[in-house]
Formats: sequence, structure tokens, C-alpha cells
Amino acid sequence: MTVTADTEAAASERAVAERVRKIREAQGAGVSRAEGWRRRGPLLPALIFMILVTQIPFLFTLYYSTLSWNLVRPGSRTFVGLNNYIAVVKDSQFWTVAFNTVLLIVVVVIVSAFLGLLLALLLDRAFLGRGVVRTLLITPFLVTPVAAALIWKTTILDATNGILNWVLSLVGIGKVDWIGQFPLTMVMVVLIWQWTPFMMLLILAGLQSMPRDILEAGRVDGAGAVQLFRELTLPHLRRFIELGVVLGAIYLVNTFDTIYMLTQGGPGIASANLPFYIYQRAFLGFDMGQAAAYAVVVVIFTMIIASFALRLIFKSFSGKEEAA
Amino acid sequence: MTTTVEKGTATTETAVASKKKARKFSPWGVVAWLVGLGFFFPVFWMVLTAFKQEGDAATSPPKLFFTPTLDQFSAVFDKGIGPAMLNSVWATGVSTLLVLLLGTPAAFALSLRPVRKTQDALFFFMSTKMLPVVAAILPLYVIVSNIGLLDNIWALVILYTSMNLPIAVWMMRSFFLEVPGELLEAASLDGASLWRSVREVILPLVSPGIAATALICVIFAWNEFFFAVNLTAVNAQTMPVYLVGFIAGEGQYWAVLSAAATMAALPVILCGWFAQNKLVRGLSFGAIK
Amino acid sequence: MRALQRLGACVAAAGLVLTSGCAGAGSLGASENEVTIALVSNSQMTDAQKLSTEFEKANPGTKLKFITLSENQARAKITMSTAMGGSEFDVVMISNFETPQWAKDGWLLNLSDYAKNTPGYDENDFIPSLRDSLSYEGNMYSVPFYGESSFLMYRKDFFEKAGIKVNQDPNYQPTWPEVAEWAKTIKAKNAADAGICLRGKPGWGEVLAPLDTVINTFGGRWFDEKWNAQLNSPEVSKAVNFYVDLINSAGELGASSTGFQECANLFGQGQTAMWYDATSAVSVLEDPKTYPDLVGKIGYLPAPIVEKPNSGWLYTWALGIPKAAKNPDGAWKFISWMTSKDYMKLVGEKLGWARVPPGSRTSTYTSLPEYEAISKSYGPLTLKSIEGATPNKPTVQPVPYTGVQFVGIPEFQDLGTRVSQQISAAIAGQKSVDDALKQAQEYAAVVGRSYQEK
Repeated sequence: MTVTADTEAAASERAVAERVRKIREAQGAGVSRAEGWRRRGPLLPALIFMILVTQIPFLFTLYYSTLSWNLVRPGSRTFVGLNNYIAVVKDSQFWTVAFNTVLLIVVVVIVSAFLGLLLALLLDRAFLGRGVVRTLLITPFLVTPVAAALIWKTTILDATNGILNWVLSLVGIGKVDWIGQFPLTMVMVVLIWQWTPFMMLLILAGLQSMPRDILEAGRVDGAGAVQLFRELTLPHLRRFIELGVVLGAIYLVNTFDTIYMLTQGGPGIASANLPFYIYQRAFLGFDMGQAAAYAVVVVIFTMIIASFALRLIFKSFSGKEEAA
Repeated sequence: MTTTVEKGTATTETAVASKKKARKFSPWGVVAWLVGLGFFFPVFWMVLTAFKQEGDAATSPPKLFFTPTLDQFSAVFDKGIGPAMLNSVWATGVSTLLVLLLGTPAAFALSLRPVRKTQDALFFFMSTKMLPVVAAILPLYVIVSNIGLLDNIWALVILYTSMNLPIAVWMMRSFFLEVPGELLEAASLDGASLWRSVREVILPLVSPGIAATALICVIFAWNEFFFAVNLTAVNAQTMPVYLVGFIAGEGQYWAVLSAAATMAALPVILCGWFAQNKLVRGLSFGAIK
Repeated sequence: MRALQRLGACVAAAGLVLTSGCAGAGSLGASENEVTIALVSNSQMTDAQKLSTEFEKANPGTKLKFITLSENQARAKITMSTAMGGSEFDVVMISNFETPQWAKDGWLLNLSDYAKNTPGYDENDFIPSLRDSLSYEGNMYSVPFYGESSFLMYRKDFFEKAGIKVNQDPNYQPTWPEVAEWAKTIKAKNAADAGICLRGKPGWGEVLAPLDTVINTFGGRWFDEKWNAQLNSPEVSKAVNFYVDLINSAGELGASSTGFQECANLFGQGQTAMWYDATSAVSVLEDPKTYPDLVGKIGYLPAPIVEKPNSGWLYTWALGIPKAAKNPDGAWKFISWMTSKDYMKLVGEKLGWARVPPGSRTSTYTSLPEYEAISKSYGPLTLKSIEGATPNKPTVQPVPYTGVQFVGIPEFQDLGTRVSQQISAAIAGQKSVDDALKQAQEYAAVVGRSYQEK
């Protein structure tokens, strides 16, 4: 009972603050141009830097995608317009690989965000050696992905000499060819192992930045842990969880090292994702035009999906701040 | 206003009480330790393998006890780890510094008041990461070699900065949004002393967030492999590239690779440990009020 | 906070000045004679890097700079650099796959000219089949550092345990059906976990290396003389089915991700009784430091055959000079040192005779008594396998390409990898061999068509 009363008090306090802000905003509606520039000014250096460094290569990529250019066949650099794009659409394997990519991202992000949340909650309490455990938990994220994938492949998942099969053999289960039978799943496992610490770090930072007085008041007033979590902690953490999901997803679109080292995209193309597929076209086939076309298609799709996802997230962000 | 003062004293009292409770043995602590060790196990095994001879590296049953050797580590050092380590430190350090210098003001500006332009800017930052690196590498190679920055550490510094800046802006904006509205408003309306109040009031509040952001940028920059392997040769080689040089096509290499990977991970682990302390401190709203 | 930021800015500014100074000096490279070398990270090359201080001692004023990468990375990087006429490298490590193509494209310097003017280098000492595979129009465009063919390795003690007797005639070449029998006997008698270890990992240089030799010796081929793809012809189908069945019935577990290293590990641990792979595997298996228990227990037989004898593959890691190299003379000085007869002696004396780079010079096998002494069980067979390899006529029926375990066209890296992925899927049991070959045939047909149009 008192919890809600307190949260109501806190909420109304915030509403007041927001109203104050809105009033001041309205007052400053006729903000001078200088003021506007001063507000946006700090953004400019970063913005200009990014535009210069990222858009120029992108324009080049667009240009290359209109060429039929094979690096190891000299004299093959000719303009072919949209031919490469037609080849992309006709390539049935491209769609399988795209599906793998989406599946990979969705599963890894959701599972690692969930695990990261649990771990962050676990680490939020003080106990003996908390700092040590926190460092232990971050290490998967610190090891170079190339090396980590190889360690998993050769020492843990190996069918004959891997630790996993050895442990299973102790309880009587026969040897399983993990990488051959479940390639995409194994890639997901390794990626989840690597990315959970990232999620945990984000959510932990979010937890640490949460005002404690409300929680304490709630606890003193006898509210259960689950109730506290659901009504106070989770809404506060939502921003950070969403941040983790967005950042993780964007990074995972480009994930390459793990697949390269663990399964080589195989068997067949069972565990190949888009970057790996493009890599093979670019660095085995040396077909630069085709690879560029694939890349542009990937960008377009990612933008479409991302704008939907981000619209959802922005709604929740601005929803909170304009809750006057 | 009075309510906040009361809440403030309540916080300090309960804070003291909960601290006393925390020292006691906690079952959740045990769970945390088990999970921590579980996650750490593959890394532990990697470090263990670094001390084995190649023949002992992948056996059935796995060897926990064996005659350790420092041969692998001496092989790693023999090949000249110094320059690679230095290059990595330089590329990571400078790019993270640049990211913080460029990104913190940007995040601050984007957190002031949410407008349509804010969303556009944020979306733009995010969109720069959508182009698959594997495809952009050829245009980049052409551009970088034409500027004459091939095999130069500054190419990596610039690229790592652009790689991490979107992440940093997004993350730090979230932390800035945590700061109570009144503080932000007061700071941005204070005119001439804007930066002063930002630095002296707001930044300390978000410093755990900045520490987390810096740590993540350091990790991504340190472990970045693709740009490094394609845009550097001998002078600007970084640790991940050096590390991959131990993967032999014909020959056993797991033990020596584990040794190299251990050496590569050490600096980052130290960074992580150092950043820990910043993360623990947390915000103490009661004290401020 | 403020002080920290200012300090940071100062450090950055100072660093900028310093490093730009260093970078400037680096790119001028005027004062010293610098040679930049790109190598693949196999143990023989790592040894060379270690011993390179001897070269610098003998050539004061020359500074060597190395970059070593794993095979796939090295190949991609070197190809990109060379194809774009880059001058980052003075010496590049390439193989007999790239050399004829790049020589034709004019991307490499003619090394026979250099060799002629280097007394004692003795270009003709290189094993003839290797020499030919690295030549274009009679001149060498890269020189071999070490070479390999393929042969069958087996555990003599496991064979004894299973009661298998092997013909000891020096001219005996086992047949694949015989080998399959042995493997099944080993498994039946439980003499080892696996009867044979065969590569199954996707990659044009991974599973396709041994598989192509099997295809060749069964009478199959990738393309006929008119560049029609032949991947679902009866001979190829028989060969691939044989390979996959052998793995499934008597081969190693997890074959679809097993490459050279994994088989070496299995063989070294005694978890497989046979292993068909590169002759250079002896560098791993006969190294007492890695596998002290194996000494004297390994037997060697020539690559198994069916219709075509001498079916071992031919491969070499060789050194070449890209056209745009900044320091070609220095590059040649280093190359000639690293591939000379004296270098072999240097390795033997300083690092041990087992580490001499195998399979490049005939003199290694005829004029180095210490090497002969330790390589009695595998040396002569290695030489014979390399000499006997037939890259110019690799198959029973005529073909428009050269190469034993690869097809010597630039498209093969991509085509081969795609086909190998299909076969790897068949090995993993995820699709039938026929389906895999059908898909592979489609890939090959596309490439074949582009050659028919030429």
C-alpha cells in the first residue's frame, strides 16, 4: 500500500519537475538562434567526423556495386548498372543466409539480454568478492573473439577431445558432433557467452544509477522483492535493456570472426551469415562488384528493420519524458 | 522541497543498515560465484593451455595436470610482441580518448530535450554501423592507400573512433538522461558558466556511465581484427593480427595460440579491473540533495 | 575533471606530433635497406623468421620486416595487395596455385633472371615437378620454400594388433578399396577409435585437397576438354560416395569440421590408425617434443590409387616478388638466402634436422647425411611422391586445366569453397551425396560457361 503511495509521491514529484521544465521550455520557445546553435553545437564535431569517415566509403561501395569487377581478372572492370543487384535477388542462397542472420541476431540478443539482466541483479547485491566475480563475468567479452571461438571449437566442442563430450561421457551420454550437427546453435552459444557480459555491464551501470531511496522506502514498507522489481526497477532499467538490445543487434549484424573460426559457415551454408557470405564473395571470389551489391542490399534491409525497431524504442523514451 | 530533505536522511539511515547486512554470508553470493566461475571457465582453460606442450593441448580426457612449460610464452615473445602491443595501446587509447572528447558533448546535446532532430541524429549514428565491414573494406583500402595512410596506425585510430562513436553517443545519452531534470535545466540555462556547471556537477554524476562506455570502447577497439589485418602490414600491426599469426596452416598451434591470446587479453583485463571501481561507486542522490 | 581533459588533449597533441614524425621517417625509409616480407604462419616459416637474424648479420645495413598470418588471411591480403599493384610488400609467400596465373597477368617479377646471376643458387636443384609448377614460359616466377605431396600414414603397432600385413615392396602403391578394408578391420577389432582420419572441413584447400586426389584416381574430373562441368558424372559420384562412406563407416567423429590440425591431433594421440594427408605432416608427428611416444611407430605408404597411379597431390609454399615492390634487389637477396642449400644446413644445425624444410630441393634428400639419417622412414617416399606428382596431367581423362588437388583457375577459390561446403554437408549427414553433387554441379557449370565463352 505504502509503496504505491510513495511511488505516487515520487511520480508526482517528477511530474512537477517535468511541468517546471515544460513551462521554462515554453518560456524559452522564442529561443534565439545563438542559443539554438549553442544547444546543438556540441553535437557538430561528432556529426561531421562521422559523416566524413563513413559516408565516403559508402558512396564508393555504391559505385563499386554498379561495376562488374573481379580483382584477379585484370581488365574486368566494366560498368554494368544494376546487374549485380539482379544477381543478388536471384541468388537463392542469399535468402537462406539472410534468414540465418536474422535468427542469429534475434536469439542471441534476447537470450543474452535476459541472462545479462539476471547477472546484473545478482551482482547488484554486495557479497564477499563481488569485484572478483564481476571481473570473472566480464572476461568472455574481453578475449579476442578469434581466439575465443578457436578455444571453444578445439577444447570444448570438439567431438573427440572436447570437454563437453568428456563431461557428458561421465554421465553416460555418447559423443555428439556438436559443430557438425548443430552448427548455428553452437555459434549462438558462443556468441551468447561473449555478449552476456556486455548486456550485464550496461544493465549494471543502469542499476547503479538508480536512486536507492525509493527502493529502500519500499522495502521498509514491506513490499515484496518481486513487486519492487516489477514496478520500480524494471521500468527504470527498460531504457538500458533496450539500449543493450539495439547496440547488441547492430554489432551482431556484423559478426564474422566467430563463424569464421567455429564452423566456416558450414556444413553447407547452415551457419553462414551475411557478413561471412559477403566475405567469401569478396575474398575468395574477389568479385568486388558483387560483394558491394550484397552489402548495399544488407544496408537497405537493416535500415528498414531498424527504423521500425527504433520507432518503437523512441516512443518509449519520449513517452517517459513527456509524461506530464 | 521538505519531502526531499526527509527522504535524504531516510536514505542515509537505511544505507547504513543495509551495509551492515551485506557483509553477512549470502546464498546469492554463492550462486554469483558459481555463475562467474562457469562463465570464466573457457578463459581459464585457455590460460591453462598456454602452459602446455602442443601434444597436451587437446586430449581425451582433458588434461588438468601436466608438466607446465614456458615454451609457448617464449615463442610468443620471440616473434616480437612489443611493437604489436604498443600499436594496440596507441590505437585503442587515442581512439577512446577521441570518442570521449567528441561523444560526450554530442550525447549531452542529444539529451537536453527530445526533439525530432534528436531522433534523426541518433538514427544517423546508428546507421553508420549498418554497412557490413567486410564489403566496405575494399573502398576503404583504396581510400586509405590513396591518402598514404596504409600501414599507419592513424588510419586505425580514425576508423576505431568512427566505429565506437555511435555506441558511445547512445550509451552516454542514456546516462545523461538519468540525471534529474532540474540539474540539467539549471546547467543549460546558466549561460556563461554552462560548461563549468556541466563539468563540476553533471559529469561526476554520470562518471560510472562514462567509465562503462570507455571500457566498452576500449574492448571493441582492442579486439578489432578486420580493419587491422587489411589496412596494416608490418609497422602498424596490432595485437589481434599478431595473435592470428600464430594460427599455423600445417602444424599444431593451440597451445601457442592460447599463450598469445592470454597476453593479448591481459591489458584489457587490467582495464576492466580498473573500470570496476568506477562502476561500483554509483550515484548517491541523497548526498547531493 | 577539467585537468584530466586538458592533460588528455595535451597527450593527444604531443602524440600526434611524435607519431607523424615517426610515420614520416618510416615511409621515407631512405637510410636503411628495408625488405618487407609477408609469410604464412606455418612452423617452417616461423623458424625462418627466427633465423633471419643470421641473414641480417651477413648483410649489415639490411633490415627485415615480417608479417605472418594464417593461410587464409595471408592469401587474401597478399592477393588484394598484389592485384591492386600495391607496394607494401617486397617478398610475398604464394603457392603453385597463384604463381602461374599471376605470372601470366604480369604481377610478379621473373626470378630466373635473378637466379642466373646468383652463383651457387642452382635453380635446377629444385624438384622438377615443383619447378615446373612455378614456372611460366620456361622461367620461374616464384621459388619454392618447401613442398609437399600426399601420402598415407599408419600406426604399425595398431596394424599388428589388428593382424593387418602391409606389402613392403618399395614400388607398392595401396589401393583405396584396400585401405577401406584396413580401416574397417581396425574398427572391427577395436584397435583404435577410428580406422582412418580424412579431412572434411569446408575450404578449397581443406577437404578438397585429399578429395580431389581421390576423384582423380577414380577417373573423375572437374571439367571436360570443352569446359563442361563433370561433378555429377558417374566417376566423380563414385569417388565422393566412397570418401563419404569411408568416413562414416570407419572415419573420425566430427569429420565435417576436421582439417589438418584436428587429424594431426587425433593421429598423435593414437585415436586413429591411419591418416591420409600432406607429406609435411612429419614435421608435427615426428617431432619428439610434441609426440615423444610416436617415434618409430609410424609407417608410410604412397597415396592410395584406383585407376591412376601416382595420385599424390603437389603443393608448395614459395616466395615471389610483386611487380611494384620497392626493393626488388633486397627482396631477391633474402629470397635466395631463405631457399638456398645453405639455409637447409643452417636449420639443421641450429634448430634440429627434423625441422629442415622438406620437399623443395633434391639435394636435401641426397646431399645431407644428417637429414637422411633421421628421415629414413619418410624421406625417400616424400621425394618420390613429389617427383611423381603430375599436375599437368592430373586425371585419367584429358582436362583443360592443370593442378592435382585444385583447378588452376582464379575462380577456383570461390568455386572450390562452395563445392566443399556442399560436400562437408554431405559428410555431416545433412544432405545426400547426390544432392550435394547436384548443387556443386550447378556452381561448376556457371564457371565452366564463362570459360566456354572465352
